Amino acid sequence: MVEHGAENASTGENRANPTRMLEVRNLSISYGSKSALRDVTLDVRENEIFGIIGPANSGKTSFLRALNRMDVFTPGMNVEGEVLVSGKDVRSWRNLYALRRRIGVVFPLPVGLPMSVYDNVALAPRLSGIKKKAVLDVIVEKCLQRAALWDEVKDRLHSLGSLLSGGQQQRLTIARALSQDPDLLLLDEFSIAVDPVTTMRIEDILKELRKETTIVLVTNLVQQARRLADRTAFFLMGECVEVAETEDLFAGGVQDQRTREYVEGRFG
Amino acid sequence: MFEATEINMRHRRTEVLFRLLFGMMTILLILPVALILGILIYKGAPVLSLDFLLSEPTNGMTAGGIFPALVGTIWLVAVALIASLPVGVAAALYLSEYAPNNWLTRAINLAIINLAGVPSIVHALFGVGAFVLFFKFGTSILAASLTLAIMTLPVVIVSTREAMQAVPQAFREACWNMGATRWQTIRRVVLPNSISGILTGVILEVSRTVGETAPIMFTGAAFFLPFLPQSVFDQTMAMSLHLFVISTQVPNVPEGLPYGVALVLIAMVLSMNAISIAFRMYLRNKKKW
Repeated sequence: MVEHGAENASTGENRANPTRMLEVRNLSISYGSKSALRDVTLDVRENEIFGIIGPANSGKTSFLRALNRMDVFTPGMNVEGEVLVSGKDVRSWRNLYALRRRIGVVFPLPVGLPMSVYDNVALAPRLSGIKKKAVLDVIVEKCLQRAALWDEVKDRLHSLGSLLSGGQQQRLTIARALSQDPDLLLLDEFSIAVDPVTTMRIEDILKELRKETTIVLVTNLVQQARRLADRTAFFLMGECVEVAETEDLFAGGVQDQRTREYVEGRFG
Repeated sequence: MFEATEINMRHRRTEVLFRLLFGMMTILLILPVALILGILIYKGAPVLSLDFLLSEPTNGMTAGGIFPALVGTIWLVAVALIASLPVGVAAALYLSEYAPNNWLTRAINLAIINLAGVPSIVHALFGVGAFVLFFKFGTSILAASLTLAIMTLPVVIVSTREAMQAVPQAFREACWNMGATRWQTIRRVVLPNSISGILTGVILEVSRTVGETAPIMFTGAAFFLPFLPQSVFDQTMAMSLHLFVISTQVPNVPEGLPYGVALVLIAMVLSMNAISIAFRMYLRNKKKW
């Protein structure tokens, strides 16, 4: 991937286990008196795609928000437990901005910032201090290529990003997340606003990206988790029911009856 | 099958009735405004001329023009704008982008709204105490303009904050997720997308001070001063006070003169509003999301 600004993954000195990108211990999240997630403990390994499936309101998005400390920006959101990113507790980061720069996030609804396509993708590198146009040009092209958007926008890089179609804006959002050169990429139902063909193209890209980065993929589409994820967690009503190798999960090797029923489409 | 039933007819009659009612209310509202403008133009227009705008009052203000008052008002409004714009925008930025949602912020917001309701004569007395006497600016343009600025600050803050709040929250979150600080988010996303709205609101609010009389009367506006101010520490004539003076304090003023002054005063306010509206239309065409 493009070499720029962001801190290297290996700088976390006190990493507990080198193969674990993310360690979550007894994570509970509540909004005021309403509990969203209870006592979740799981690990995400380096360079894997970790799928999270589950019906609506099962705490998947809250889980992602706790990982890059978005709770700071959410009034009333209360997080307990531990989240370690490459061995370092996210709450011990004095500089949250540096933490967030290492973590790319894509939300379900596309957010094309009201600036040019080029500026959208160049924003994160610029935030981390890159000014040289030649360097930015390379990053922008590479990230747009990876998000399967380059061919469609290469002739109008300087038109407004917020005027692209919904699907294009979502790919722009993905390109923007990639421009951070993230060690950890959080995808929250990224394909909701994208057509099936483009979704397949992005899925192929995600499989490629696995070589360089770790991906947490929250999805409503059970089959998408099956296609992409190395391991999959099943969340239900704020509880992590189980974590298993995706193959096992879909081959029926589940421990909990509820997981089997959800995966087989009997509820959800 | 498609015959109108009795209930359809009744709904239709109610519809017509309400449309008529609301329409008449609207006309009732416009009527006084149209009347004022009509009378002002009818009685004031004969007085108006380039000479009227560009010459000094003579014969104990019963003849001549309004040039010193015109220039004085421009001074007052310009200095008030320069003073209230940075302070108001900074305060609004803090309230909109930084302030935590707690009781203190809510109290400040409440205070700002209430401050907007303080009568202008009270602001005038505050201005005398603070700027004329305490800071020793004397009765001067500076003291008067600062009084005007204080008076408009609450509304400037509110309109600025609203312009910033109109920028979708999702844009901010997208920036924060990339590791942008709040200031980076403000500079790259919030301000570029609200600056025109901010300026529109500020111009609109400050232009209202053109007509204010009480706050400047004790702080910097002079009864009669037939030459132009040289600096912000001079006193000056002002349109609003001049109108007040020739309408009530000076005997034997020809009938057309106050109407002429009032017409120019209204034209000044309306032209600033026009600038603001033109700005807003320009902004709407450039809307980016």
